[in-house]
Amino acid sequence: MAVTGDGVIVVGAGPAGIRAAERLVAAGIRPTVVEESARDGGQIYRRQPEGFRRPPEALYGADSAKARALHEAAQALHPRVDWRPGTLVWAIRDGTLLVNRAGQHEALPFRHLILATGATDRIMPLPGWTLPGVTSLGGAQIALKAQGCVIGREPVFLGTGPLLYLVAWQYLKAGVAVRGVLDTSAFAKRVLAAPWLAARPGLLARGLAYTAALRRAGVRIATNITPLEVEGEDRVAALRWRDAAGVEHRAACDGIGMGYGLRPETQLADLAGCAFAFDGGARLWLPVTDGDGRSSVPCVYLAGDGAQIRGADAAELAGRLAACAALRDSGRAVDELEMATLRRRLAGMTRFRRGLERAFPYPAHLAADLPDETLVCRCEAITAGALRQAGGEYGAAEVNRAKAFSRTGMGRCQGRMCGPAAAEVLAAARGIPMAQAGRLRGAAPVKPLPLATEAAP
Amino acid sequence: MTQADVIIVGGGLMGTASAFFLRQRGLSVILLERDLVGSHASGTNFGNVRRQGRFLPQLPLANRSRAIWGDLPGIIGEDSEFLPSGHLRIAFREEDEARLVAHAAAAREWGLDLDLITGNALRDRFPYLSPSARMASHSPLDGHANPRLAAPAFARAARRAGAVLHEGAAVLGIVKSAEDFVVETAIGAFRAPLLQISAGAWGGRIAAAFGEPVPITPAAPQMGVTEPMPYRIAPVMGIATTVKEEGVYLRQVKRGNIVFGGGARSEASLDTRRARLDPLNTLAQLPHLARLLPPIRALSIIRTWSGVEGYMADDIPVMGPSGKVTGLFYAFGFCGHGFQLGPGVGATMAELIATGHAGIPIEPFHISRFAQGPPG
Amino acid sequence: MTGLLHRVAEADRPPIRLSVDGREITALAGDTLLTALLVAGARLRDSEFGDGTRAGFCLMGACQDCWVWTEAGARLRACSTPAEPGMRILTGAAPWP
Ligand SMILES: Cc1cc2nc3c(=O)[nH]c(=O)nc-3n(C[C@H](O)[C@H](O)[C@H](O)COP(=O)(O)OP(=O)(O)OC[C@H]3O[C@@H](n4cnc5c(N)ncnc54)[C@H](O)[C@@H]3O)c2cc1C
Ligand SMILES: Cc1cc2nc3c(=O)[nH]c(=O)nc-3n(C[C@H](O)[C@H](O)[C@H](O)COP(=O)(O)OP(=O)(O)OC[C@H]3O[C@@H](n4cnc5c(N)ncnc54)[C@H](O)[C@@H]3O)c2cc1C
Repeated sequence: MAVTGDGVIVVGAGPAGIRAAERLVAAGIRPTVVEESARDGGQIYRRQPEGFRRPPEALYGADSAKARALHEAAQALHPRVDWRPGTLVWAIRDGTLLVNRAGQHEALPFRHLILATGATDRIMPLPGWTLPGVTSLGGAQIALKAQGCVIGREPVFLGTGPLLYLVAWQYLKAGVAVRGVLDTSAFAKRVLAAPWLAARPGLLARGLAYTAALRRAGVRIATNITPLEVEGEDRVAALRWRDAAGVEHRAACDGIGMGYGLRPETQLADLAGCAFAFDGGARLWLPVTDGDGRSSVPCVYLAGDGAQIRGADAAELAGRLAACAALRDSGRAVDELEMATLRRRLAGMTRFRRGLERAFPYPAHLAADLPDETLVCRCEAITAGALRQAGGEYGAAEVNRAKAFSRTGMGRCQGRMCGPAAAEVLAAARGIPMAQAGRLRGAAPVKPLPLATEAAP
Repeated sequence: MTQADVIIVGGGLMGTASAFFLRQRGLSVILLERDLVGSHASGTNFGNVRRQGRFLPQLPLANRSRAIWGDLPGIIGEDSEFLPSGHLRIAFREEDEARLVAHAAAAREWGLDLDLITGNALRDRFPYLSPSARMASHSPLDGHANPRLAAPAFARAARRAGAVLHEGAAVLGIVKSAEDFVVETAIGAFRAPLLQISAGAWGGRIAAAFGEPVPITPAAPQMGVTEPMPYRIAPVMGIATTVKEEGVYLRQVKRGNIVFGGGARSEASLDTRRARLDPLNTLAQLPHLARLLPPIRALSIIRTWSGVEGYMADDIPVMGPSGKVTGLFYAFGFCGHGFQLGPGVGATMAELIATGHAGIPIEPFHISRFAQGPPG
Repeated sequence: MTGLLHRVAEADRPPIRLSVDGREITALAGDTLLTALLVAGARLRDSEFGDGTRAGFCLMGACQDCWVWTEAGARLRACSTPAEPGMRILTGAAPWP
């Protein structure tokens, strides 16, 4: 099978993938760009469908100039790359990507592969979180950005991290009566993290402005809270939570957006054979990269949130840097100054990221107290109790073994939603460090593959 | 404890079931497993508890095993999701139909009753089958079980019965002294006068070290599973064919997912101890799965996997005493059909080791069949 | 019953009609199937394991919680499938043997 498009494939057309492709094109290469969504833009700069009319300013707020620039860059690339939207990479084998577009299969061989697969919300389950009306924070934002809809007229936002305040503020601006912003992180952590957060004063100021606007509008903001339960029969009716002083509250609401930061989408890196290491700051297993995006596997590069959560600006830089590394490794001249500049700018963003991890830590401590009947794996409806039994009575010492015994993480989403939380529940039940609980191994297909798939003509 | 009556090398279904039944017969047992019990072929297989279609002289062993499967809760205290839901082999061609007829006649002599169903009767009983199916050979008492649970369940039962099981105990070398086998492992030395090698695909290496080389090749059958659907497809089913690529099979678990496998195998490595599924094989399975069970075409596959299995050149296992070393026993190389046999192998090996008699005929599996050079 | 999602912008798109469990609903051109179904109602499917109604979660094609059936027996991921006029969707019993 012939290698097409100069043998360089970029997976993902978000900020990282677009900037990587752009850099490759600048070097005279015609890369293949594979993107599962119908349109480019990725998560943060997700585009609304054709026929929607809100201007970028309404959609992307303070980031609208960047969004516009990225979309224009992507548009300019279309004739210069082998652009494959609506195409899922579902497996990797021996230097070949297996892709599926609307039920048609194709094998795409590559010499160099840049994975820019982005991230999704990181979840901590709680009783009732599968009820209709509960969405991920990202989901709440997508409803608004991409569909002009809100998840409730009186929603509550639960979780931690900058996205919590951003989404609540976006809902407020959309005219919604936000019934609460409930943060599991203590405010004191933010103060302690200030030296790291100061690496990006603009972003820090923006975050503070959202909080201030929410307070001015009379939205209840509580920190250091403990979520207890989502109540409702066939849909969300209320959220029960406990404040820092130990007092229980019940917030009536008709929608809940929940999220505790992001987790990188690493299945393809796993299928490509990349090595992973535990990152203590993020409390996640991340693919190992050198500073420039080289993975442990020759000719496989990782960029953007799919490698390490550093946000959209860093994703653009990392995409470009990874492309530079790939160009250099394939024997093309790349100006050292360009790479050094990218590295230096990324360093500040990494520092900011470390600050966010300190200010808004993933609430790992909640895992130990999840009631046994809480669904952890929403695909297969596996409870915390069943997972604890796998770790206890059945002796599973890490998540893959616990998965084999309990089916946690075996469902349609392949552990995307429950994986990190399941590892926390297991670690807490066995009294072992999170690093020891391991990570769910990836398997093809990374997303459901229709059995009706046929070879492309 | 570093000394016992019997040491078992390998904690797959063969090793763990043998440990359990040896304890039932009062022998002390140490089981040494390099990784985790049931983490290789025994924990990754398709889960078929099927007797029909086997090499006929294996049926006494398969029948013995089937009886144990049916009584697992009474014997080890849990059922490992064994479901005697029936098993169908389905012919789409005249010549395959003829083979089903011949097999059913021959199997009867070995105590396995099969119903051959054709025409309207076939469609009435199994309406979801392909209209182009010509004949089904139905084995009503066969079924399926959860491979992820069975070997660990036997391991727990063996432990409760007093066996000593070590995980993370790779066997590095074995020497035979005057009375005892001395087994060197990653966690120390163990000794026993009796030794069973049930090291799966790795068994050939140990047999060779005892001067009994055998023609065994590791390979990786290709598995997959669909999203869950309402539980409607009771019997396990597979295409009866001599064309390798067509030979797919599937089963619906009670929770709803449809597990499938078959067709071409991929490579497995004894050194990395990994079997990497080839996703192109998965794609090649799809049209045959849809032919077998047309409604499956609407579903999506959510996961694929594989495992390391040992295949003998003549497609039947090595089982029984060594031809060279007294006190040494083998049970390995189960050629992709050892899950069904596992409990029976355990009971038979225990009887053999404890009494000197296997209780059922197992001569066809003796390792000495390779002593005269591999079969042509 | 009111839907789970509420429109706050872009409401002047052309209407399209779909059927859900035999009932006609009106959505807007450019809606995802998830939006169309959840503006009109509060469910997408039942969990296979008896733990109740589901209506999606991530809205970005990651959690796979929003797969629905068409009457003709096709499966669609509602959050990433554009709603089309004339679609006939089932959120209850599946057209499965
Ligand atoms: C809902 C949400 C909201 C966010 N909001 C902000 C914000 O306000 N500010 C901020 O700084 N950051 C935000 N982030 C983080 C944001 O993801 C990143 O900052 C930025 O989008 C990362 O860019 P990226 O290119 O690495 O990944 P993404 O933008 O996520 O792009 C990855 C792309 O890869 C594609 N892809 C993944 N896997 C495959 C596959 N197997 N086959 C084909 N295509 C695939 C995806 O469809 C996606 O388009 C948000 C993240 C999420 C999930
Ligand atoms: C994907 C797949 C599908 C299959 N489908 C079916 C089916 O549907 N029905 C059926 O009947 N059979 C099936 N089989 C076959 C069946 O799984 C095997 O025949 C059976 O499980 C073999 O059991 P075992 O105990 O011999 O081997 P294993 O389960 O492989 O156990 C051998 C053990 O020995 C250990 N070991 C090896 N060397 C050493 C050493 N030096 N020191 C310590 N320990 C060691 C290994 O770590 C391993 O755990 C399938 C096999 C596979 C791989």
